[in-house]
Amino acid sequence: MAEEIIKYDMPRRGFPLQQEIFGLLTVAVVGAIGYFAFPDDLAFLTRLISITLLVLSLDLVTGYCGVATLGQAALFGVSAYAVGNACIAGITNPLILLAIGAFTGSIMGLISGALITRFQGLPQLVLSIAIGQLVSSLANKLSSLTGGSDGLSGITPAPIFGVFTFDMYSRTSYVFSLATLAVVMVLLLRFVRSPFGLLCRGIKDDSLRALMIGASAYPRLVVMYGVSGIVAGLGGALMAINTGVVGLDSVSFERSAEVLVMLVLGGAGNLWGALAGAVIFQIFEHIVSAANPFHWMTLVGLLLILIVIFAPRGLGHSIASLWSSFSQRRPGS
Amino acid sequence: MLTALSILLDAISYGMVLFTISIGLSIMMGLMRVVNLAHGAFAMIGGYLASYALKTLGVSYPIAIIMAVVGTIIISIPFEVLLYRRIYRHSDALTQLLLTIGITFVIIGLANFTLGPTSKPIPLPAALSGPFDLGFRMIATHRLLVIACGLVTALALWLLIDKTEFGVRMRAAVDNGDMAESLGIRTQWIYSATFALAVGLAAFGGVLGAEMLPIEPFYALRYMVTFLVVVSVGGAGSILGALSASLFLGLADTTGKYLAPEFGEFFFYLAVILTVFLFPRGLLGRAH
Repeated sequence: MAEEIIKYDMPRRGFPLQQEIFGLLTVAVVGAIGYFAFPDDLAFLTRLISITLLVLSLDLVTGYCGVATLGQAALFGVSAYAVGNACIAGITNPLILLAIGAFTGSIMGLISGALITRFQGLPQLVLSIAIGQLVSSLANKLSSLTGGSDGLSGITPAPIFGVFTFDMYSRTSYVFSLATLAVVMVLLLRFVRSPFGLLCRGIKDDSLRALMIGASAYPRLVVMYGVSGIVAGLGGALMAINTGVVGLDSVSFERSAEVLVMLVLGGAGNLWGALAGAVIFQIFEHIVSAANPFHWMTLVGLLLILIVIFAPRGLGHSIASLWSSFSQRRPGS
Repeated sequence: MLTALSILLDAISYGMVLFTISIGLSIMMGLMRVVNLAHGAFAMIGGYLASYALKTLGVSYPIAIIMAVVGTIIISIPFEVLLYRRIYRHSDALTQLLLTIGITFVIIGLANFTLGPTSKPIPLPAALSGPFDLGFRMIATHRLLVIACGLVTALALWLLIDKTEFGVRMRAAVDNGDMAESLGIRTQWIYSATFALAVGLAAFGGVLGAEMLPIEPFYALRYMVTFLVVVSVGGAGSILGALSASLFLGLADTTGKYLAPEFGEFFFYLAVILTVFLFPRGLLGRAH
C-alpha cells in the first residue's frame, strides 16, 4: 500500500500541474469524441455526466476515507430539489443554480458526515442507509416542495451568459456539463494529492496511527464529506438544469447502491477508476436495459460477484497490474 | 385506549414477523461476522417454495412450511460452497456487502424472469384464516400463530446456542477459529451448519410473514434494509436484542403508519437513527 501511494500520488518532479493538465485534456478529448460520434445520444451522455459526478463524490468518502455508505444519493437528490425550487422561484441563471447546488450539497454533506462518521462498521452503514431513507420519505411527503411521486417539473433555466440557450438536442447541456466535469476533475486531482487528501488516506489505512501523529479522524472526515457533498451537489444541479425534472429516484436507495457498484467496478480510491467505472457501467446499462431491465439486474449481480472474486480492487487496478506484470515479463522472455 | 391496544397488537405481530426473519441474519452477522444482504432473498425463495407447494402440490400448511425451509436450505448450498466460504473470515465489510448485493440481484432477476413480476399468494388453511375473538377486539388467528412461532423460535435458539454442545462449538469456532480447529472442532462444518440454520430461519420467517410482507420478486431488495436495521438496532448476535429491536421497530412503524400514514417510513428510520446514536452496539449487543 505504502509503495503505491508513493508511486501514484506523491507530487512528482517535472513540469508543474502535469496531472491536472493531463486530466483536463483527457476529459475534453473523450468528451469531444462523445459529442461528435454520438450526436443523437447527447441527452443520455449529459445524464451520464451528472451521475459520474455523484460517483466521484462517493469515491472521496468511500475510496479515500474508507467510509462504507449506502446513502450518497441523499446529497445528490436534495441539491437537485433545491436547484429545481430555486429555478421555479425565479433564479434562472445556470451558473448561480450550480452554486446553489454545490452549497446545498456541502451543507447536506456536512450534516450527514457529522452523523455517519461518528461510527464505524455496521452502525455506520446502517446510519447512512437510514439517513438516505429518511430523506427519501421526506421527499415523498413534502410534495409542495418536491412534487411527490410526480416529480418536480417546470424547471426552465435561462441561457448561459445570456447567449447559449438550452436546446432540445442537449448540445448546450452536454457542453455545459462536460465543462463542469472537467473543472471538478482538475480540482479534485489537485485536492486528493494535497496534504489534506493524503492525510485522509492515512486515516483510512490506519486511523490509530494517524491519531498518533496528531491527526484526529472525525473532523477531517466531516470536512471530506462536505467536499464530497459539493461534488454530489453539482451533479444534482446539472441533473435538474439539464432534464428540467427531478424525480424521487434521485434520492432513492437504488441510486445509492448503483453508484457504489459503479465505483467498485472502476476501483475505489482512484478518481480515474471512479470516472471509468461510471462511464462503462452506464453505457453498458443503457444498451442492456433497453433490451430487458430484469436481465440487466441479473447481469449487474453476476458482474458484482465476478468483480469481488476476480478483481477485488476494481477493473482499473487489475488491468494496471496485468499490464505491469506483462511489461516486466517481456524483456526477460 | 382501544386504539392504543389495537396498535400494540399489530405492532407485536409485525415485530414478530421481523424477528423470525431477522434472527437468522443476526446469527450470521453476530456469530459469523458476515453482512449478508442476500438474507431477504432466501426468505423470498422460501415464500415461493411454500406458494408452489400449497397451490400446485396441494399439501397442507405445516408440510408446506417444512418443504419451504428444507428446499431453501438445499438451494442455498451451492451459494454457500461457491461464494460464502470466501467471505466467512478475513474479509472486510465492503467485500461482503458487494458480494451479497450481487447475489440478491441475481436471485431477483432470475425470480422475475422465471416466475413473473406478480406477487405469489400463500393461501392459509381455514383454521388460520378466520378471526379470533380476544374479548375487546377481533384478531386474525394467523397473527396469533405468528406471535407464538416467534416466541418458540427465540426460546429454541437460545437453548441451541447457549445450552447445547453445538452452540458451544459454534461460539468457539467464531471467537477463535484457529484455536478451535486445533482443539479438533471442524470449523468449516460448523460454519456451514450455522449458515444453513440462518437460511432456514429466513425461509421460515418468509413463509410466516407473507401476509404482511407479500412475496414478490423485489421482496429481497424492498425489505433488505429493514432486516439489516433490525439486526443493527438489536445488536448482532443477541437473540433478546433482536427480539426487543423487532418489537420496538414494529411499534415505531405501526404507530407512525396509524397516526401519520402519509409520512411512510419516516418515523421508522427516525427511530433507527436515534437508537443507533444512543446504542452504537445495538440495544443488547455485546462488545467485540
